Order: sequence, then C-alpha cells, then structure tokens
Amino acid sequence: MTAEVFAIEDALAQYDPVLGLEVHVELNTKSKMFCGCPTEFGAPPNTQTCPVCLGLPGALPVVNAKAVEAAIKIGLALNCEIAEWCRFARKNYFYPDMPKNFQTSQYDEPIAFNGWTEVVVDGETYRIEIERAHMEEDTGKSTHVGGATGRIHGASHSLVDYNRAGIPLIEIVTKTIEVAPDKAAAVAKAYVSMLRDLLLALDVSDVRMDQGSLRCDANVSLKPHGSTVLGTRTETKNVNSFRSVERAVTYEITRQAAVLASGGKVLQETRHWHEDTGVTTSGREKSDADDYRYFPEPDLVPVAPSREWVEELRATLPEAPSTRRVRLQEEWGFTDLEMRDVVNGNALELVVGTVELGVTPAAAKKWWLGELARAANESGVALGELGVGATEVAEVQKLVDSGALNDKLARQVFDGLVKGEGTPAQIIEARGLALVSDDSALIEAIDRAIAANPDVVEKVNSGKPAAAGALIGAVMKDLRGKGDAAKVRELLNAKLGI
Amino acid sequence: MGDLTRKTAVELSELMTSGEASSVEITQAHLDRIGAVDGAVHAFLHVDTEGALAQAAAVDKKRAAGEKLGPLAGVPLALKDVLTQDGVPTTAGSKMLEGWKPPYDATVVQRLKAAGVVILGKTNMDEFAMGSSTENSAYGTTHNPWDLNRIPGGSGGGSSAALAAYEAPLAIGTDTGGSIRQPGAFTGTVGVKPTYGGTSRYGLIALASSLDTPGPCARTTLDAALLHEVIAGHDKMDSTSINQPVPAVVDAARRADVAGLRIGVVKELGGEGYQPGVEARFHEAVELLTKLGAEVVEVSCPHFQYALPAYYLILPSEASSNLAKFDAMRYGLRVGDDGENSAERVMNLTREAGFGAEVKRRIMLGTHALSSGYYDAYYGQAQKVRTLIARDFEKAYEQVDVLVSPATPTTAFAIGDRVNDPIAMYKNDLCTIPSNLAGNAAASFPCGLADEDGMPVGFHVMAPVMRDELLYQVGGALEAALADQWGGVLMSKAPELEVTR
Repeated sequence: MTAEVFAIEDALAQYDPVLGLEVHVELNTKSKMFCGCPTEFGAPPNTQTCPVCLGLPGALPVVNAKAVEAAIKIGLALNCEIAEWCRFARKNYFYPDMPKNFQTSQYDEPIAFNGWTEVVVDGETYRIEIERAHMEEDTGKSTHVGGATGRIHGASHSLVDYNRAGIPLIEIVTKTIEVAPDKAAAVAKAYVSMLRDLLLALDVSDVRMDQGSLRCDANVSLKPHGSTVLGTRTETKNVNSFRSVERAVTYEITRQAAVLASGGKVLQETRHWHEDTGVTTSGREKSDADDYRYFPEPDLVPVAPSREWVEELRATLPEAPSTRRVRLQEEWGFTDLEMRDVVNGNALELVVGTVELGVTPAAAKKWWLGELARAANESGVALGELGVGATEVAEVQKLVDSGALNDKLARQVFDGLVKGEGTPAQIIEARGLALVSDDSALIEAIDRAIAANPDVVEKVNSGKPAAAGALIGAVMKDLRGKGDAAKVRELLNAKLGI
Repeated sequence: MGDLTRKTAVELSELMTSGEASSVEITQAHLDRIGAVDGAVHAFLHVDTEGALAQAAAVDKKRAAGEKLGPLAGVPLALKDVLTQDGVPTTAGSKMLEGWKPPYDATVVQRLKAAGVVILGKTNMDEFAMGSSTENSAYGTTHNPWDLNRIPGGSGGGSSAALAAYEAPLAIGTDTGGSIRQPGAFTGTVGVKPTYGGTSRYGLIALASSLDTPGPCARTTLDAALLHEVIAGHDKMDSTSINQPVPAVVDAARRADVAGLRIGVVKELGGEGYQPGVEARFHEAVELLTKLGAEVVEVSCPHFQYALPAYYLILPSEASSNLAKFDAMRYGLRVGDDGENSAERVMNLTREAGFGAEVKRRIMLGTHALSSGYYDAYYGQAQKVRTLIARDFEKAYEQVDVLVSPATPTTAFAIGDRVNDPIAMYKNDLCTIPSNLAGNAAASFPCGLADEDGMPVGFHVMAPVMRDELLYQVGGALEAALADQWGGVLMSKAPELEVTR
C-alpha cells in the first residue's frame, strides 16, 4: 500500500463520498433457516448440527416459516414492498465453512424490496433508500489457529464450528447513500444504530454486535465534487460496532482520497477493518470476474406470502421510530431543539424509561443530557453503558423532590453511581451527602456568617435586602453545600427582619 | 414350495402369511443366490448379510406375535447405493464416498423399514447416477443377466440386474433421465418413475435436484405397485414433495384394465435411429392394447426433439452445484492432507482423484452453463425448453389419457461399446428424458425380445402428474395379455445363469 492517509477535511474538500451499507442480521428464531437445529449462541462447537446444516449427502432444506415471518416484518418496518412470489437461489463458491459449498440465499428475487427509512443526525433528518432485504443462511465459523493474526494467513490449521451454519440471516442492503460529505460517516453510524433499535422493537433479533448477530459491511467510493460518475468502491467487512461504522467509513474516505490524489486507482476489493489500529487492510481482490453462478435453488419451492398474512403482520408492527418521536415530543412538551438534543445524545430510550418511572420529562432530560452525558463522555463509553439506568435516575430524582438532596448533591450521587460505589442510599451514607435541614445547625452557621460579615449586615440594614444573598452563600460554604438553601434563606430573613 | 428366489413379492408374502416360509428363510435364500451369482453379475456393491437377517428375524418375530403387517413385510429388497441407510456404506458409485457410513436413513429407507421390507444391500450404479450402463461406476460394471457381455443399463443397472438375476424380488432405483426405466427395459423387468415429488428425495444423494425421483423396480407390475405404495407420499423433509394422497396404484395394477383408455403414440419417439426389433415389439404391444379395448391415436410432441440438449444443460448445471459439497472437509475421501497443503489444495487434489471422467465432464459443463454471460443462453434457454415440453405433454393429455413409446431406441448394448462416445450413450435416454423434464409419471414394462439379439424390449408409458395409477393399469393389462402368449412373465424366458458356487 503506497498511499498515506489524508486528513478527513482535505479528503472531503476534493471528493464526495458515496456509501452503501449491507447489514446482516441473525434472526432470533428457535431453529435454523432450513432445519430444526437450535440456534442458541455459545454452545460447544458442532453440537447444534444435523445432516441438513452439515450438508451431508442426500439432506434437503425446508424453509423456516418463522424466518420468513421475521423477514416480512423487517421489510414492512423498512417500508418495503413484499414479494408476492420469490425464490431462493444458490450462491456457489468453495469455502471450508460452507457445508454445501453453496450458500442458499436470495438473488434477484428478494422477499422485500424498494423501501426507505430515516435517520436523524445533528437535528437533520436523512432519508435512506432500501434496495432490498433478503433471506439467507449463515456459514459456519472458522477459527484459524497457530498464526500471529488469527487470520488464515500464517495459520497452521483451522477449526470450523458448524453450529452457526444455517442460522437464518436477513441481509438489508441500502441504495447508494449520498449526503452532505461531512455527514456521510455519521449518517452511516446513525443508520446502523437505528436498525438496531428497529430490530429490537420488532423482536426479530438479539442484535448483539459483539456476538455477530448484527454485522455491517460498508461500501465506500469517492467521486470528485460535482461528478456524476461513481468511483470504484471497496467493501469493508467486519465492522462490528456503531462507532466502528463511523470510523471505518471515515478511514476509507481518507485512504481513498490519498490514493486518488496521488494519481492512483482504488482497487475494487474486500477490506478488513481493524478495531484496534483503526485502519482497513486489503483482503481478497474482488473483480467483475467473481462469479457465483447463481441459479434458482431447485431443492426449495417458491415463497409466496399471501397478502392477508402480510397485512396481518403489518398490523403487529410497533410504532415507526419517526412517528414515535413526534408523539413523544408532544407528550413531553419539548421544543424541537430539546428533542433534537435528546435524540442526538442517544438519550431517547433512557429518557422514555425514566419518565415511565414517574420522573418529569424535563428532569429526566436534565440528568441524562447533563451530568450523565458528561460522565459518559469523560470515560468514553456510550450513555447506555454507564452502569446507571432509568431506575437509579428516578430514585435520585425522588430524593431531590423530597428535599433530601439538592441538585449539587445529586450530581455527587451520580458520580458515585458511575464509579460503582453502590446504591444511591449507600453513596449518600458513605459520602455523607444528606442535606442539613436541622434548624439549630443552620442557625449556628447563620450566626457565624453574620458575625464574620458585619459589612454585609450593614448593607441589608441600610435598605438593600438583595445583599443578603452573600450571607446565604457564606452559610452554604460553611455547610459545605449540604444546607437546604430554601430553609437557610427563611431563617436568615427572620433573623435579619426582612 | 420351490425356489424362493423365483417367487414374486406377492407370492413370498403369501408363503409367509400361510406360514410356509419365514422371512429369514426367504432372506437367506436370496443371500445365497447373491453369493452364487453376483460374482458374475456384480449387481451389489455391499451386501448387508447381518443387517438383512436381523431385519428378517424381527419381522418373523412380529408375525409370530400376531402383529398386523403390511403386504411386503419380510420381503427382501435391493437398494440403489444412492440412498442413505443409517450405518450402511453408501458410495453413490464413487470413490469420493468410499467407506462413508451415513448417520441417517433416507425417507424411502425409513418407509421400507417401517413396512418390514428387508434390505439385502446396496446396488451398483454409474458414479453419482451419471450414465446409462453402470460403466461409470468406480467399482466396476454390472453385467446384464440376459447376456453377461452386455450392459444392464444405467444408472440403476445394479438394481435391475439384481431382479433379473433373481438376487432380489424388489429393488429401489432413482430416475433422473431414465435411470429406472432404461435398466428396466434392458433387463426385462418393470421400472417405474413416479411423478416428481410423489416420492421423497430426502436421503437421495442428489444428481439433479429438479429431476431426481426414487421409484420401484420389480419383476411384475403388481409387485412394483405394492412397493410404490410403501415408499410414496408426502414428506415434510422434502420441500418439493407433493402433499396429496398417493395415487391408487395397487388397485390399478390389480384391475389391469385398458378398455376405453385413450392411448397416444408419440410420433417423435420412433423411426430413424430405432432398432427394428424394438419398434416391432413396441407396435405389437400397441396392437395388443387396442385389442383389449384401448383407443389408440398418434400424437405429436414437437418439442421433444429439444429435450436431450435441454436436459444436458439443466442436469450438469444442478449437478455441478450439488457435487460441490464433496470437498474432503467433513466426510469421504481426503487426498493430500500432509499438514502442508492448504484446505483449498486438499479440496482440489481430492476432487481430482475422487471423481471419474464423466462426473468431471458434467461438472465442467454445468459450471460453464451457469457462468455469468452464458447463463441466459444455456441454463435460461434450457428452462424455456422445459416449459415447452411440459406444454406438449399438457396438450397431448387433453387428447389422451397416457402416452406411449419404446422405452429405449435400442436393446442393451455390449460392454465397452459406447464408452468413448458420450453422445451415443446420452441418446439411450431420448424417450425417457421428456418425462423427467416435465415431472410427470412414467414407466417401462417388458414387451418381448428383439429379433436381432434376443434381448428384452421395454414398453414406455407416460401419465400426467399424480396419475401414476394409469401406468399400472396399462402395464398390468399388457403383462396379463403377454403372459397368456408366453405362458408367464417375460423374465421366465431369461437364460439360466451359471451358478458359480
């Protein structure tokens, strides 16, 4: 590899990125796509297999109706048309983790096609066109042993686990995504994140990126500003977190820009994303000569979902995310800007959960976008992975509402929660955060403040009651912030006769 | 009681019911016969002596206990080596699967076992069912019991030869382009290709998925019908299986009545290239059926002439994909696994060593026919021809109930005669292939011996999808009428084999 990498700004100054995203979703059906074997993750290798998913001579596939149902639901949720009649096809290529050396997939007759969806990035809504969603089976999983990299190159031998072979997959393919160049990577990330939420809401997949039940391949190409001719694309595989989607797309943009700017050609190839180093490296070169010899799968009959069934499934779909956002904004009385902050801060579901526990929308938003967002940012984790949930936020807010805590102390409780110091009650106890509302303790502090600030008392007595604020500050300082501010004001006013 | 190996399945069943013979005795008699003649015939690749006797003993025990048993319980059968049988070596005639013991039963095998049929062993065949003579078997050629210098037909030559050599009264074959019917014709036995989807393909090592059909083979029409009834019917393990009741084949075979039946002689399947002795016996059979009250007309199926080329695009295309699984990774032959070679290299070496020439030829043909840029011209075009052939059948069946033709253009040829001329070999299946392409039912019944060579001739009957009973109606009537002429079934005219032990 000759080219160095451009700065993203320099890359985007010259080129427009064009993206295409292929997302593979492992369905959460109980049995595999074409046989009755269980699909549970993590079983000992090759214990969830049978003649069908091992591709033994003579075995035949039978389509899992539950997988078809899930495919239709996904298609409908992505506003796709559902095929009245479609077939499976064989994608022929040799690989040890493919039991039959062909993958039973769908080719030119996908179950769902021509859809669209929307994502929101920085307050802007982007429409993403869906080309197709089709059904296929997963391959076995190869583990390459003895090499330095865990890749096949340099390995002494490979192990194959066929438990994964035949797990139902839905591949969701976008049409080309061309958005404002500086938003491309963020839109890609938002799209995958939105899909995850959608699939969870549909209850069709566990969508665990860490377990490979949601996998993203990112196609990236560049074209000079204003050009209508698409550039050569690369397909980056193995992009398995939302953040990686954004990083991998950005990396490919900067890499390809450097290649093109130096007069080179981008190779049409598969590339591998390396989470640790943040770069992609060349995989298999993919050319137009790559020939999978697709033909209709003769072992299966066509899938022809009746319109009645499709409509039945449509009726079971949960509310579309965009419709839901509008409804929630209205219910919560948020401004457009406030709602945008919540959505962009990835706090929507957290706020929903917190409000459901009786917290006002404003308070829920305040904590999630304030203290907790800051903590997440500082420790570099997602808001939802802080270790603080809606339950804890609701608990703390109840203590604030009852006057046991003020906001400042509450922030300290959250700090303790993030650091794993225990429950809110334990943290208040351990850190000594209970609010002082005992009159005698407050009066002593007020007396000390009055004694220490005769000039302020003088000002108040000479008709400037607003100056009393300085005394309140002094009292609170004396109490190290643990005084009940309202109570202090009341007692001080009584003392000063105002 | 006589020689148990000369009996039909029906007769054997009666002997067991009356208590005159046990299944163990019957099975042993057939095992002995195999031991005596199979050295010369080579119908079997594997004889499961122990398993067969155990199955027979189990049936005898059930019968003794008064259990209600099916009509074929205790009757021995020869199984084509392309169907999996749990724990019994299954090779599909290929070195690729030498020593492989499947961990499961094909649906057909499950049903045979459930019916108490005793499986004697696995019969020889052309490698992966690719051939018309068994000369493509990796384990040697089967000899035709009528003339040991001739081939028995193929791919299921082993099953039909086993019947003709009295090694078994029943056999299972599979028919992709004629692999049941052509060997049936060449050995003077009955071979039925049921409607595609009428019998389950689960456990049938696939040659061409859209064509493969397991079916019954026997020496009489009624025996074939009884076996048909045992193995047919919907199977949820095979998506292409038809979920409808099994046609009433046994009733039809017993009724054996063609009065008023409209029979169409296919104009395109005859004339030039057909052996005169074959045509003579065929036309005599047609006349016989007319005398029995059938209405015979000539029917044209203009697209049948394209059946062979279309078949030789569709079959290799599907086969090239079906045979991709033989890669040395999970079972069967493995060549070159020296710890240095990559998996890909081991796959290549194994496939190079494990597949025979005809298999390689068809894999290459199919791989080419499916490649991008050629797909439309080859596979796509062939599928259109297939549709046209199905329409020819539909139109013909508007006029007639069944269609008839010779089963093969010639009688069985000499071993080695056509091995270097694949096209001449492929032409064996001219008459049988259209029914595979259209998926309808068809069968070959013995109709006499050709004058030139004294070898058996097959009478081919084709019936609409799921009207398999019509085959048996015609076959049964023909068999009865010919038996009157010959004083028994055609097989009784077969020469005695020299017993080697």
